[in-house]
Amino acid sequence: MITEYQNIFNQVQVRGPAEMGTDDYGTLTEDRSSKTGFSSLLGWFANAQLGPINLGMAGVVSLASGLVWLNIIGFNMLAQVDWSISEFIRQLFWLALEPPAPEYGLTIPPLNDGGWYIIASFFLLFSVMAWWYRAYQLAAEQKLGKHIFWAFGAAIWLFLVLGLFRPILMGSWSEAVPYGIFAHLDWTTAFSIRYGNLYYNPFHCLSIVFLYGSALLFAMHGGTILSVTRYGGDRELEQIIDRGTATERAALFWRWTMGFNATMEGIHRWAWWFAVLTPITGGIGILLTGTVVDNWFIWAQEHHFAPSYDGAYGYDAYGSYEAFIGKE
Amino acid sequence: MFDKLMNFPKWFGDWNKNNPTDIYGPIIVMGVAGTAVIAVVALLAFGQPFATNSLQTGPRGIGMSVPEFKSDLATPDPGIAALAEIGEQDGDIIAAMQAWTGIPNLFEDPDSYQTAVAGLMISMTQNINENWDGHVNANKQVGVTCYTCHRGQPVPSEVWYSITPVNTNMAGWSANQNRATSNSQFTSLPSDQLETYLVDAQAIAVHDLESRAAGIPGKDGYPGIQHAERTFALMNYFANSLGVNCVFCHNTRAFYDAGQVTSQWATASLGILMVQELNNDYIVPVGALLPEERLNPRTGDVPKLACKTCHKGYQQPLQGTDVIGNWPQLQSTDAVIDLP
Repeated sequence: MITEYQNIFNQVQVRGPAEMGTDDYGTLTEDRSSKTGFSSLLGWFANAQLGPINLGMAGVVSLASGLVWLNIIGFNMLAQVDWSISEFIRQLFWLALEPPAPEYGLTIPPLNDGGWYIIASFFLLFSVMAWWYRAYQLAAEQKLGKHIFWAFGAAIWLFLVLGLFRPILMGSWSEAVPYGIFAHLDWTTAFSIRYGNLYYNPFHCLSIVFLYGSALLFAMHGGTILSVTRYGGDRELEQIIDRGTATERAALFWRWTMGFNATMEGIHRWAWWFAVLTPITGGIGILLTGTVVDNWFIWAQEHHFAPSYDGAYGYDAYGSYEAFIGKE
Repeated sequence: MFDKLMNFPKWFGDWNKNNPTDIYGPIIVMGVAGTAVIAVVALLAFGQPFATNSLQTGPRGIGMSVPEFKSDLATPDPGIAALAEIGEQDGDIIAAMQAWTGIPNLFEDPDSYQTAVAGLMISMTQNINENWDGHVNANKQVGVTCYTCHRGQPVPSEVWYSITPVNTNMAGWSANQNRATSNSQFTSLPSDQLETYLVDAQAIAVHDLESRAAGIPGKDGYPGIQHAERTFALMNYFANSLGVNCVFCHNTRAFYDAGQVTSQWATASLGILMVQELNNDYIVPVGALLPEERLNPRTGDVPKLACKTCHKGYQQPLQGTDVIGNWPQLQSTDAVIDLP
């Protein structure tokens, strides 16, 4: 039996000299680590080669300030359980670093009532921005397009809306999202309820469309490429510039299915735009909430898209408690 | 190997070698299909093991219903049987109160703090039966007695204490939430919702009734996210106390809208007012009578009541059992009980 090639669990792992990457100017290896290794375990899932990594100054700054952010949160949580490690572990999902109380507005609050939150947020902002710059820098060094940089920027837009732009427009840091496992979920629910049901926010609707659409497109594209791998369709770049039978068959499949097909190149633009529009539209929806619209359900009623339902409210109209508990 | 082990004839092994067949594909298909068939047959034969019934609470098509496991519905509140065991005590209200509260010598020592507390609690029970008819008897005449909360225990179950701050190293909203406590119903929501709304009677509603309402969170009565979380904590406590969900009272698409709430919402609203009055007029004064060991050891707070103290997880306490019928002494504030 010949060896099989499968796309998630590779049974074949090609091992040669480590691929060190391009060095167009003769200076690009300066920021790169020189050590590389091979891992069979990694090889099962993806490329077996580990390294070299090009962290660079921006990467080091980003990781360092991200670590400061994480430690401020961790030590605040530890303080909340009186420095008990066992309580810290037990309550970890409940604990949080909360933003300042509403009465402090946009001023700097005491450290134990949101002050640490402001400091931690500053480090997180710095960390994320440094990582964003790094995405640009690495792309520029390899003379790539800046698509990943801009896509990460879309996520950063939503992050900035939540933690910076909207709190400033609302006049209070208290509107920012707490740093905690359950606490940020509480915030999400409370945010929707407080502003009259976010499901009636059209930009929230759009964001969901793009989110679910991204998953659908990912499945369609992944499925299509895997299905034509046997004709060389997994060599997508070659197929873009020199269309072969894999592309023809994939296109034919979708044309038969729905009368229309993406192209080998264009499908990646579909995917990229769906992905970036998810946080872009979501961010717009968040930014409008509490600044332009305070009750989305009433807003939906005013714009005639909240349906009304006929029928009574209350179980007494439909049955009795006694019948429900089997006492009748 | 296998055929040698089993002592199969030689032709069996040769035939297998010469006719290689992929058996794994069919095995997986047969296994999955066979398991599905067995599952379907078992379901048809023995029924759904987690069958539910649901109580519709609003217009059809919008998911307004309260589901319960049939097995839970088939099990009555154990308090009903325990109450039947106590029985009528030949109409002796003192003996009944001793049994209801699980204090066999109640009222025997006039100087005991228990006698003083009991006097206040009798007034409270009479007040509930006379003045909170709209909540207690919203569905039918059931009334309350000591037993409704006490269930044979000197201190009723499901009482609560003020436990804020939940940590002393933080201040403000960082000090009243993000901790698994019984008050927060083991969520990370604020743990001070019961004292804020059911003792201090602060505003529960957080919604603006216009599509646009200018304001800065925390100022000029513009509720912030934190206020919504505290209201959510109270509502979650309500739901757990009654064994119901949001749509028992609300159409969840518009929590605030009085045009889309159920009649149970009105009953519950009366309940909020009732609990506020009971805590402030009866329970807080009890704190002055209780010995120190009956108070919360950390905060020194008196044990207070709320929905769950009576309801104990049921829509109607004791599932709608009439407890007051034979006890006119507790039905009105004018009734007089001759204490020993």
